[in-house]
Amino acid sequence: MSYLPMTTDIVSFEGHNGAKGQAYYARPSGSQKLGGVILIHHLPAWDDWCIEACRKLAHFGFACIAPNLYFREGPGSPDDVGAKVRARGGVPDEQFLGDTAGCMKFLRAQQESNGKVAVMGFCSGGRHAWLAGCGLPGFDAIVDCWGGNVVVDDPKDITPARPVAPIDLTAKMTAPVLGIFGNEDQRPNPDQVNRTEEILKKLGKTYEFHRYDGVGHGFFAAERPAYRAEQATDGWKKVYAFLDKNIGPRVKAS
Amino acid sequence: MCSYIVDKVRLTGSAKGQAGWLDVDTANVYFDHPYHAMLDHALGIDFVNERDGAPERIAVELSAESAKQLALSILVALKRGAAEHGETV
Repeated sequence: MSYLPMTTDIVSFEGHNGAKGQAYYARPSGSQKLGGVILIHHLPAWDDWCIEACRKLAHFGFACIAPNLYFREGPGSPDDVGAKVRARGGVPDEQFLGDTAGCMKFLRAQQESNGKVAVMGFCSGGRHAWLAGCGLPGFDAIVDCWGGNVVVDDPKDITPARPVAPIDLTAKMTAPVLGIFGNEDQRPNPDQVNRTEEILKKLGKTYEFHRYDGVGHGFFAAERPAYRAEQATDGWKKVYAFLDKNIGPRVKAS
Repeated sequence: MCSYIVDKVRLTGSAKGQAGWLDVDTANVYFDHPYHAMLDHALGIDFVNERDGAPERIAVELSAESAKQLALSILVALKRGAAEHGETV
């Protein structure tokens, strides 16, 4: 038993309207062919947690790109940059889709790519993953970890930047979906998760949802009070298995 | 949750940052995942000068309970200070 060596870089990708985007790219070292994952950060920042999760996916045998959705705000500490974006109401959905299309193109252009690409996100990134799965052709898997506002119950959450509830686009979802949720979460709450599943079922989509008791929002984040070790460990296993099946096979250490 | 809701408070005053004092004209107030505080959600306040493009922010992340206490304390301090100085606030 050994461990996979890993290569990481800060890379550029072609973002929305040709903007030069910035991303963290981690993948197992070597000449193996790899499934690719686009990992979307949550609203507060392109932060340490996102980079850690990106490295974790590489550690388990995938090529992972974590775009900095806030690169247009220039350099600076991630929290300050995130605060600027928050003050402006977040990134517009259209811009997000353009950036994510660029990341998909980046992954498929790498010599180590096996041609398959997933999109995965946490919290607002989970919403983004859903949106990308419906708005961009070419994904092989979608992973939504407790994405809030996939179902929109408050009309105030429909804005010029986010003009559509992602759930209303679900008919366009072509890739299998994995959903990971906490039963004590309030955004999305269990009722919203149930309604989301009902729509997937009604539309005949391929999906698997996993709901965990005793956890709320963001329970994978080991550096936060919401962390729940048992459920997070099982949740990560579900993620690896789903990605292995849909964009794999994942590379394993010999 | 990741909340997109930001309450913008227009204000007059100053705040002290890494480079010294600066004028501030806006407080961005929100309740969301903190960046630094060991909390799942925190009340965040970013004091900025939007007139100058908000190049710097003076930030705090507070627990919900301590934010409520702070809000009450501000009102108490204003009331007591106004009485001391014979002002109406």
